[in-house]
Amino acid sequence: MHSGHISIWFFIGVLLTVYGAMITAYGIYELVSGTLANVVLANLHAPVWWGGLMLLLGLFYSVKFRPGRER
Amino acid sequence: MFGSTLSAAVAPFMNGTALALSAPSLAHLSGLDIAVIAIYFAMVIWIGFYLKGQANTSEEFFMAGREMTAWIAGLSFVSANLGSLELMGWAGSAYQYGILAAHWYWIGAIPAMLFLGIVMMPFYYVCKTHSVPGYLKLRYGQGASFVAAVSFAFMTVLMSGVNMFAMAVVMKVVLGWDLNFSIIVSSLAVAAYVALGGLRSAIFNEVLQFMLIWGGALLVPILGLVESHGWSGFKEKLAHNISTGLTPAGDYTHMWRSMGHFTDNPMGIHWTGIVFGLGFAISFGYWTTDFLVVQRVLAANNLRSARMAPVIGSFFKMAVPFIVILPGLLGLIVLQNPDGSLMHLVGQDQVNAAHPYSYNEVLPLMLVRYCSPGLLGLGITALIAGFMSGMAGNVSAFSAVWTYDIYQPLIVKNARDEHYVAVGRWATILGVIVSIITAYLVMSAASIMDYVQALFSFFISPLLGVVLVGMLWKRATKAGGFWGLLLGTLTSIGLWAWVKADPSALRYVALSPDARAMAEDMYRALWSVIVSMGVNVIVSMFTTPKTMAELAGVVYGATKIPEEEPVPFYKNEWFWTVIAIIIFIALNVYFW
Repeated sequence: MHSGHISIWFFIGVLLTVYGAMITAYGIYELVSGTLANVVLANLHAPVWWGGLMLLLGLFYSVKFRPGRER
Repeated sequence: MFGSTLSAAVAPFMNGTALALSAPSLAHLSGLDIAVIAIYFAMVIWIGFYLKGQANTSEEFFMAGREMTAWIAGLSFVSANLGSLELMGWAGSAYQYGILAAHWYWIGAIPAMLFLGIVMMPFYYVCKTHSVPGYLKLRYGQGASFVAAVSFAFMTVLMSGVNMFAMAVVMKVVLGWDLNFSIIVSSLAVAAYVALGGLRSAIFNEVLQFMLIWGGALLVPILGLVESHGWSGFKEKLAHNISTGLTPAGDYTHMWRSMGHFTDNPMGIHWTGIVFGLGFAISFGYWTTDFLVVQRVLAANNLRSARMAPVIGSFFKMAVPFIVILPGLLGLIVLQNPDGSLMHLVGQDQVNAAHPYSYNEVLPLMLVRYCSPGLLGLGITALIAGFMSGMAGNVSAFSAVWTYDIYQPLIVKNARDEHYVAVGRWATILGVIVSIITAYLVMSAASIMDYVQALFSFFISPLLGVVLVGMLWKRATKAGGFWGLLLGTLTSIGLWAWVKADPSALRYVALSPDARAMAEDMYRALWSVIVSMGVNVIVSMFTTPKTMAELAGVVYGATKIPEEEPVPFYKNEWFWTVIAIIIFIALNVYFW
């Protein structure tokens, strides 16, 4: 949004990537270890797909709006 | 949320506060959840420090350099209003009253947002005003501007304090956090990033908060619908619960059918109150003249972006009930006690050992029900982000109005630009300090909050009457604007005091003995707009109007709107306005 400056979308991308990675990692741990959290519909493994979705979206924004890239 | 309806969302949190604070916390955070929250705080402080270098001139500090794209301005515009108390309060209202609560998101917002973008924005933008009081100065002169600026600045910091205290209460109830800890940490973070980066920092964090709210809250209705076997499954289960007496009888899934009479719906409101009071007086007052939200659109990088921003915001506003109203409704059938029986939420003042949770805790309860570690932290972060961006919005708007509309015209007129930026930074810190003092005052006497909210509602609707007449009618005069604002405000105060002193007076204010408190807000706003407009018109007819040259840039018929470059239809604001209107009508018809 401002030539030479970091876009807000990049900050959002970084945050989503970090959160997505943490939540997906936890979801995979649950999946592998079989110790599910005590929540309803834990069998749907929401941390895996919701965290994965956030990770993908975050990576997309981080790359597309990375500092220095011409838009 | 609007000042006058804020009470509907926030007040229940405060009633029985002592009782709520003594209860065990609702959620327990894991290390992963704490890490998610800590990363959010680190991110907002990083953004504040990063943007410090881009807030050196007054135009940069107060108006974000007028460089925001339509998307950023639009998301910030809608996000500045998306506070956590409102999210939790309206989810609770949906649990209590059903889908009627969605009126505050649809008819109570969409027409006003589109009107701002298409009709009013060109005048705000072309005259290059820095604020709504600034527009009043150009249109009516210093008198009306000063009244609006002082009332706005005063009320904004008080509201910020009320929100700060309410946030601390919610954090105590949901997480068991100490009140002082919540107040001090959140206010330090807000003071740091707004004083450093100005409006740009506030806007960046609002967009960030917007993404967090969707990321943290969207999973709840999705999993809730899965558990309920879809919308039709939800309606079947709800009908079964009502028929067996498990859930209080009522029409929870229709918006207009029960609006024929005050006694036909649990809110005690008539459709005229919803359409003219909420849909016009309150929502137009808030969305088109409250500087807190208008400031975000004024920061747009060109006129087309400024017009598109509220239109873009309207689509997201229409979608908010999916993460607020729907979880509240789903809570009616999915929330269970530990023994497997259906959980019954109650009013805050009815909480006891048998019913430990109130309506307002439906959203956190749904988060706890579905969100495993990490996801729960994300949901809680979304709530904290909502509180903080609300506070940031208040103090950044206060800082701009104090500096541009009070300090510059009345105290130090011709200082260097750097001086005003410094004043803005100190005003931000002063705003946070006054907010903290207000928060502690409310802590010592909760009734102060009711008065602060009532005070806020006194000014918004009369201001709409004055701005609207001034913008669309060349004949309106300086005296008309001043007296319209003053008598409209006095009408609002008078009606409020009348009902406060004699509750039976509600039958006259809201036109029915069956009207309830929510109807009062709507009709009071409507009467004050009517008085404000009427007085403005009558006084203007007997006083001398401004010349056409003086009105250039601020009034319809005397302003040449710059020609916008032709763009493909999918980038045109009119195209998206029509789409928004179609979706708005379709939603109301579907849930009729």
